[in-house]
Amino acid sequence: MVEWLTAEISSKYNYWVSILLMLIGFYAIIAKDNLIKKIIGLSIFQTAIFLFYISLGVVRKGTAPIVSEEMILKGYAYVNPLPHVLILTAIVVAVATTAVALSLIIRLYEEYGTIEETEIIGAIKRKEADQDRPAF
Amino acid sequence: MTLTVESIKPALALACPLLAALLILLSSRRPNLRESWTLIAGLFQFAIILSMGPVILLGKTVAFPFLTGVLPGVDFGLKVDAFGLIFAITSSFLWILVSVFSIGYMRTLKEHAQTRYYFCFALAIFGAVGVALSKNLMTLFIFYEILTISTYPLVAHEESPEALFAGRKYLAYLLTSGVFLLAAIALDYSITGTTDFNPGGHLTLASASRPFLMILFLLFLLGFMKAAYIPFHSWLPAAMVAPTPVSALLHAVAVVKAGVFGVVRIVCYVYGTNTMQELGLGVMLASLAAVTMIGASLFAIAQDNLKKRLAYSTISQLSYILFGVALLSPMGVTGAMLHIPLHGFMKITLFLCAGFILAASGKKNISEMAGIGRTMPVTMLAFTIGALGMCGAPPVAGFISKWYLGLGAIQSGQMIFLAILLIASLLDVVYFFPLIRTAFFETMPSQELLPGDRGKTVPVFPGKPQRLEASRSIYFLMFLPLSITALLSMLFCLFPNLFYILGLARVAVRDILGGL
Amino acid sequence: MTSFVEHLPILIIAISLFSALTILVVGWFNNRSCIFIFWLTLLAQFIMSLFILNHVLAYGPIHYWLGGWKPPWGIELVVDSLNAYILIILLFLSLACAIYSKSNIEHELPGKRVSFYTLFQLLIAGLCGVTLTGDIFNMFVFIEIFSISAYALIAARGKIALKASFTYLILGSIGTCFFLLGIGFLYSITGSLNLHDLSILLPPFYDNKVVKAAFVFFIVGLSIKMALFPFHTWLPDAHAFAPAEISAMLSGIMIEISTYVFIRVSFSVFTLEFLKLLPVFDILCWVAVAAILMGSVMAITQVNLKRMLAYSSVANMGYIMLAVGLSLSAVESPWGGLNPALMHIANHALMKGCLFLAAGAFIYKANLWNITEFRGLAKKMPYTCAAFVIAAISMIGIPPSVGFVSKLYIIMASIEIKNYFFVAVLLISSLLNLAYFWRVIETMYMKHEEGGRSSHGSHGTSEEIPLGMLIPILLLSSLCIVMGIVWLGKVPIPVLDQVNLMFGLGKVP
Repeated sequence: MVEWLTAEISSKYNYWVSILLMLIGFYAIIAKDNLIKKIIGLSIFQTAIFLFYISLGVVRKGTAPIVSEEMILKGYAYVNPLPHVLILTAIVVAVATTAVALSLIIRLYEEYGTIEETEIIGAIKRKEADQDRPAF
Repeated sequence: MTLTVESIKPALALACPLLAALLILLSSRRPNLRESWTLIAGLFQFAIILSMGPVILLGKTVAFPFLTGVLPGVDFGLKVDAFGLIFAITSSFLWILVSVFSIGYMRTLKEHAQTRYYFCFALAIFGAVGVALSKNLMTLFIFYEILTISTYPLVAHEESPEALFAGRKYLAYLLTSGVFLLAAIALDYSITGTTDFNPGGHLTLASASRPFLMILFLLFLLGFMKAAYIPFHSWLPAAMVAPTPVSALLHAVAVVKAGVFGVVRIVCYVYGTNTMQELGLGVMLASLAAVTMIGASLFAIAQDNLKKRLAYSTISQLSYILFGVALLSPMGVTGAMLHIPLHGFMKITLFLCAGFILAASGKKNISEMAGIGRTMPVTMLAFTIGALGMCGAPPVAGFISKWYLGLGAIQSGQMIFLAILLIASLLDVVYFFPLIRTAFFETMPSQELLPGDRGKTVPVFPGKPQRLEASRSIYFLMFLPLSITALLSMLFCLFPNLFYILGLARVAVRDILGGL
Repeated sequence: MTSFVEHLPILIIAISLFSALTILVVGWFNNRSCIFIFWLTLLAQFIMSLFILNHVLAYGPIHYWLGGWKPPWGIELVVDSLNAYILIILLFLSLACAIYSKSNIEHELPGKRVSFYTLFQLLIAGLCGVTLTGDIFNMFVFIEIFSISAYALIAARGKIALKASFTYLILGSIGTCFFLLGIGFLYSITGSLNLHDLSILLPPFYDNKVVKAAFVFFIVGLSIKMALFPFHTWLPDAHAFAPAEISAMLSGIMIEISTYVFIRVSFSVFTLEFLKLLPVFDILCWVAVAAILMGSVMAITQVNLKRMLAYSSVANMGYIMLAVGLSLSAVESPWGGLNPALMHIANHALMKGCLFLAAGAFIYKANLWNITEFRGLAKKMPYTCAAFVIAAISMIGIPPSVGFVSKLYIIMASIEIKNYFFVAVLLISSLLNLAYFWRVIETMYMKHEEGGRSSHGSHGTSEEIPLGMLIPILLLSSLCIVMGIVWLGKVPIPVLDQVNLMFGLGKVP
């Protein structure tokens, strides 16, 4: 059992690492009260997926996928470039999301003077109870 | 073999109230114009509907196909047969009279939101006539729901907490029932692939298992909660907070009759009398109707509010109709079909009288009405005619339908049914006659009665000052319709074939059961 | 034969992106003009979508290869009857919201006009992109584009909306990440990203755990995006506190686009054979039933009208997903296959669009948020209230409105598979709808403002909203009835039948 598990993990360690990272990120998103930490968690989560993609494209002893005639003749292996391209796009998207999230946090901080989620919710609730309408 | 004539007449008949509704909305700032639309539409509609009579009497049906093949085997078409036409004639004719009455009533009481009132009224008639002219259950369902929704603003018209509560109750009952109806229709469709009304029914014992058919019938019955049978009747007395013309037309004719109309359709045109008989559902329905007839009469005795007493009387009388079809005998079904229009005419007389009394003197309760027969003799005479009809005494129309119902009970061979019918009629006497006695033979305890008013036929009453301002012509607008309905209630006894009603009922029964 | 129509799919996305930029730049100099650019773009897009539908119906799907690269290497835009249909709904609702937004934005977001229209246009670009693309990674990118613009738009009103937007951002990102993970799994198995190519390459691997895991990731990810119970927690706040036209877009079409993605992935990528291996759709039905009941019950408890409508959207996503879940087993025409689901997507867009715009109108005119404050509103805003009533009646499912037709079809589908429990749930839910909508109607029409019945008999001072806002509301509400009759006349059914035919659903002819 133990051997099987170690064999399983060591042979596919790249996947296990990304799963571990995902779970760490997920934990941070759910458990942390601080909005910035949530965003850090989200970034870790996203990065874990990016790593997963990158490791998909890896070819052992492969070089950069700049293909010339000479390389083909010599039978050089090269890594699959497509996941890289995809992840490049995904990173851009993730950066955009993070940027939006951070700007939201800045605005929330200006508004409520805190970045702790429970405190913000408490402030919203108090204000709503005062005004009997959404706190705008 | 019935022949089908394609004609646009049914659609035109439906278009009248719909068009009127739109025009009413558009002319909300000009009351005279607004109310004349109602009358014009009513007259046109009645003329169109009546003009289909001779064709139907020949045993043909008039159809107007529209949106064919909505579901395979189901069209949203209109089709007029004898039974549908009876209901259509009743609703459309009484709409005219009640509209006239409404004008007087609403103006006298200076009611608010009159545009909404007339708009919803027209829409409700659209629904009611639509129910009458529907070709199949699916079409009927659509109009049935329109009827429910459009009458809500009328019930809650007063906008007082009591009215709102009544409105909520009304909707809760009737839309819940609509849900049951939809479920029943969908089930019916899923086992037979059709929802058409056929004389003789489209469900047979071969369609599904017996328990299934019985549950389905129960669902249908729950679906037609508008028939106000016990124990699902309490929305109807609650709805009496509505203005009286609304109670008159909608809760004596259009809404509740749509319910019993539906039940008759189910019994005779969906299940068919044979299937009903084999499943033993006739006895079940008859028992339900018997309980309602007697129970509601007992409730009625206890009511002091005149409209509430009339409401319980309506509940009881509606069950005469259910009772009639439940007998499954030709005479019984004829009686039931006749009772739909005849009860409509008589009950509307009673309601209009109640409304007139309310508008003219502000009295709602029977205990306040002592001696009113001497100040408003003609009104109370009309009321007496209506009440006599309810009890089934000649020479008022109620006699005819009850006669048929009695014959039907004998024909079905169950003497206990005849006994129930007689007991129920006796109870009708018990709750109507004290009222008449109070009105005519007791004297008013207070000094409200002014000496000069004694014995006047066109009543002008002391009451709140604003009521005195109402001119006689406005009173006349209320007075005229109730006299007409009272007169017609008598005429129907002498000429049951007025507006082709008896003939149509005969044709319908011939189609369903193969003759009297 | 190449007709100009075959270039329209890319044009729709391109002019949308281009117009977003133009609005930003032009708005810098003259911020009045950006609304006109926005309108023109949308109008052009809408007209193009009509051409596309017409072409698709006449000549079959349009394939457009981006940059001339052949699939599966290049990105492909594919328009078949399914996305042509969705596209029309999307652009029509956007157009209505765009017309509405002119007056409303000045009130709700003073001084933010340029950024608002830029983001709105980006949102539409993203939604169009998701709808039109034939490449799954491309789909992910467009999902993120519309999501990010939605985050920003939701937050536009500040304060409480910021929090709502943040919650949505976190959950939405997790959802799209799951989607991305699913794509990764499929890619690792097949090495392809093209939807059609995937569907050809996948069948040998149907037993593979990775493929099944990928499907589950898709389901979970998309469930979050479409706010399917129990992943709906972000929705009520986000939809309630966004500007009115954005709420209408979010509820009316954005969550439905996620449903579209779900349908596309399930049927175009995984195909029917795979779906029949797993009991996923049966489970989906039950989840949807829970969503219907939960959403309706929660809606009853709300005081804030927009939150109530948002919960109603949760319930309506339940309807759509129930219909999707039934699509495998119900085959009879006309309710077989995806018909009820697609029908309800259109119907919900009409009804919810109208309701949210009307709710926005109440806020616009008198800053009314809570249902209890609506006393006597019908006298002040007769047209808006009438439109609201019609849409609400449709939601309840009174014939002949659109809501009735959807309800009828879903009920017939449930009856066909002999699941009477679903029938009961649908019927009960329409009563629950009645309970929460009637409360609003009653307050608007039957209750009076404090201070008595002074306005009786006379016509109260009308405080109707500007015509530009009124027209879309009235248009949508009248369509609630008109489309109901059109559906009953089965006019659009051929389009849906083509969809079923494409996916092998419904009765095999």
